[in-house]
Amino acid sequence: MSAALKTTFRFAVNGRARIIKTEGDRPLLEVLREDLGLTGTKYGCGEGQCRACTVLLDGKAVTSCLTPVSAAAGKKVVTIEGLATDGKLHPVQEAFAAEGAIQCGYCVPGMILTTAALLEKNARPTDRQIVDALNGNLCRCSGYPRILVAVRRAVEMRGAADAGQD
Amino acid sequence: MPDKIDLLEPLEPERYELREAPTYEFTLSRREFVEVAGAGLLITVTGSVARAQPGAAGRSGGTLESRLHIGEDGTVTILTGKVEVGQGSRTELAMAAAEEMRIAPERVRVVMADTDLVPNDGLTAGSRTTPSTVPAVRAAAATARELLENLRRTAKSAATYTDLARSSELAAAYKQTPGGAAVTPVKDWQVLGRPRYRIDGREIVTGAHQFPSDIQRQGMLYGSVLRAPSYGATLAAVDPGAAAKAADAVAVREGNFVGCVAPTSYASRKGLEAIAATARWETKEHPSSAKLFAHLKETASKPGGASRAPRIQSKGSIEDGLGESKHRLRAEYRVPFIQHAPMEPRAAVAEWADGRLTVWTGTQNPFGVRDQLVQAFHLTPEKVRVIVPDSGGGFGGKHTGETAIEAARLAKEAGRPVSLRWTRAEEFMWAYFRPAGLFEIEAGVDANGLIHAWDFSNYNAGTAAIESPYRSANARTRFLYCDSPLREGSYRGIAATANNFARECFIDELALAASADPLEFRLANLDDTRMRDVLLAASKQFNWRERGAKRTPRVGRGIACGTEKGSYVAACAEVEVDVNSGQPHVRDFVMAFECGAILNPANLRMQVEGSIIQGLGGALTEAIEFENGQLKNGSFAKYRVPRFRDVPPFEVVLVNRPDLPPAGAGETPIIAVAPAIANAAFDATGERSRSMPVRVKA
Repeated sequence: MSAALKTTFRFAVNGRARIIKTEGDRPLLEVLREDLGLTGTKYGCGEGQCRACTVLLDGKAVTSCLTPVSAAAGKKVVTIEGLATDGKLHPVQEAFAAEGAIQCGYCVPGMILTTAALLEKNARPTDRQIVDALNGNLCRCSGYPRILVAVRRAVEMRGAADAGQD
Repeated sequence: MPDKIDLLEPLEPERYELREAPTYEFTLSRREFVEVAGAGLLITVTGSVARAQPGAAGRSGGTLESRLHIGEDGTVTILTGKVEVGQGSRTELAMAAAEEMRIAPERVRVVMADTDLVPNDGLTAGSRTTPSTVPAVRAAAATARELLENLRRTAKSAATYTDLARSSELAAAYKQTPGGAAVTPVKDWQVLGRPRYRIDGREIVTGAHQFPSDIQRQGMLYGSVLRAPSYGATLAAVDPGAAAKAADAVAVREGNFVGCVAPTSYASRKGLEAIAATARWETKEHPSSAKLFAHLKETASKPGGASRAPRIQSKGSIEDGLGESKHRLRAEYRVPFIQHAPMEPRAAVAEWADGRLTVWTGTQNPFGVRDQLVQAFHLTPEKVRVIVPDSGGGFGGKHTGETAIEAARLAKEAGRPVSLRWTRAEEFMWAYFRPAGLFEIEAGVDANGLIHAWDFSNYNAGTAAIESPYRSANARTRFLYCDSPLREGSYRGIAATANNFARECFIDELALAASADPLEFRLANLDDTRMRDVLLAASKQFNWRERGAKRTPRVGRGIACGTEKGSYVAACAEVEVDVNSGQPHVRDFVMAFECGAILNPANLRMQVEGSIIQGLGGALTEAIEFENGQLKNGSFAKYRVPRFRDVPPFEVVLVNRPDLPPAGAGETPIIAVAPAIANAAFDATGERSRSMPVRVKA
């Protein structure tokens, strides 16, 4: 057996510090799933074309299949498992469940994380902006219309929550 | 307490239930059901219930199928061999049980597709869950309710299902339940007929649900399998030992099967790459997609020929009918191979323990896959358990068990559980395809604008919806078997899409020849009132007549209809044809769909919407290209499936028919999409596209 070069990487996953000794060119997707047991992040194509593998890297939505684990070093990773806080769903999660924006559900984690990142940048996106932001995320059940409804609802829910804080 | 109560008389099946006639038998189990739900009342349904395809195995009947269990803690469990791949079966079955038991759907646990626990409901295919499994579940649940009501009468108390499950008076209660209980009439539905989204939505949005590719077992390794570089290539030489030199991986070889396992997917991949570098292949000539249709025609079955004889249905005389017709037309239509490309590629986790094999896998055919494993490893059925966690899409593409067998072979060698997940590239190349098809159609129309002769030949595409719904005194329908260059199988709507595309476009050609409006021509030639109703519903919503009056360059309207698997669809499209690409862009789309009594309008709407948008792929962009035994577009970067921006403005009209039994709805809506668009593209340009995907000269 060859001695594949392993390096130690430190990063935070869902708010928890992690130290992983592994090959630096391993996809973050596989480290999350296989080393950390976080299987909510999905493989869909391995070439960044379907974004089922989307995670937040320092708040930015990235395709974890194309992100080597070395690129996550020193950064904060959020996966679908880390989006809810204290058992309370993130508004985007709540909206997807409430609006039934789920057929097989395999694309849903990626859809939700892409939406969460969008709403951080743009709290009140137009339909056009939503569609543009999610165009990279494939749903083969083609449940796009319901997903759009869910994202609109998440926008409203966040707006209402912000208003409540004023 | 009796262990088992025999039914006094079987039910008289209603006509439409002949294939699935349920009779009932009740057992109280305190043994075999412990693993699922503990002791309690187990209601079984006897007979050929809920097989996937009409006429398939299952007519023999007589086997006891455990369908509903009420635990002594009041837990209600429904058991089914059907799978959930996004079509909404889990929620629908929970609703069906809840309706009849007068309980909340959230109280119903649905155990699906675990061959150790559930009855064999055949394939999840052919839109059969609604017409076959739902009635079985409703019957079992209605029986539970009647037993409860009888217990309440006998015991003169407000007994609950928990009391029923624990009751020593069950036999007495049973005696008052002659021949199974009546199900709730549609007009009294409280749960069915009302919108409900996926009952396990929370598990999905939190990432907690484990899809087949997410299953992790103690000590599990990751597998990969060596694939041929091209179709038909055979392995001449290989050095499996290369794997261990390259990575922390162990190779497995048995004949042509070569793979390796490692503690990570990464190491497994590296190991496989090292093996692949040593492999020598003998390649074989393979027809290219450019020559596909000539190949199909050359290899087609001929009467009395060596290959499989064609299937022919005919009435009257085609020759006379054509001769007597005022207008006579013939045309050839083509449909390419397309790939399902579900979001979750094939995946399986296999584990051997105590002489038994357990495989978690994404398949629409759990018992079929179990049987394939039994055969592959020379086991008996009791030694194999297949479990299908709710999976990431199927669309008819996951009827086979190759991944399960591969994972089991690797796990057997490794002596540890192995997870094998096909890559997207493997899924594109080695999963089976929707069949390509060639159509030759000739027809005649009389002076009154009525079809008088209809001659329809289908090469290779398959027989679903091959029969014309249009009246014709003289008709011949032929299906010819061909040598398919690619592995082919089912798909959402399978052959109905191809048959309906060819037929509905050609009907437009006939309407033009007869100088008739496409809608009026259809109505004049159709007797089936359900088809006429959806045509009228769609065209009304679309303002068909008004839109025909206005003309805009390169913009046109088209209509199409169809029926398959007991449901009816009609669609109207308005397209604008792109000058450069010749691709029609959908500007507006209306679909009317009718599938009898609607069980869950929210899910039905999603199935129809999904069919429209998925159907846009086949209509406009999807076609598998291959050359020298390799795919030219086997990736999401090259094979264009519908994305968010491709969703056109559209409307869905759900036609409810509470007077008719519910039919499945996940497939049929897709069959009207491509022809409506092709007909609109013709209306826009005067150019007829006789192939999918649709392209015309603008």
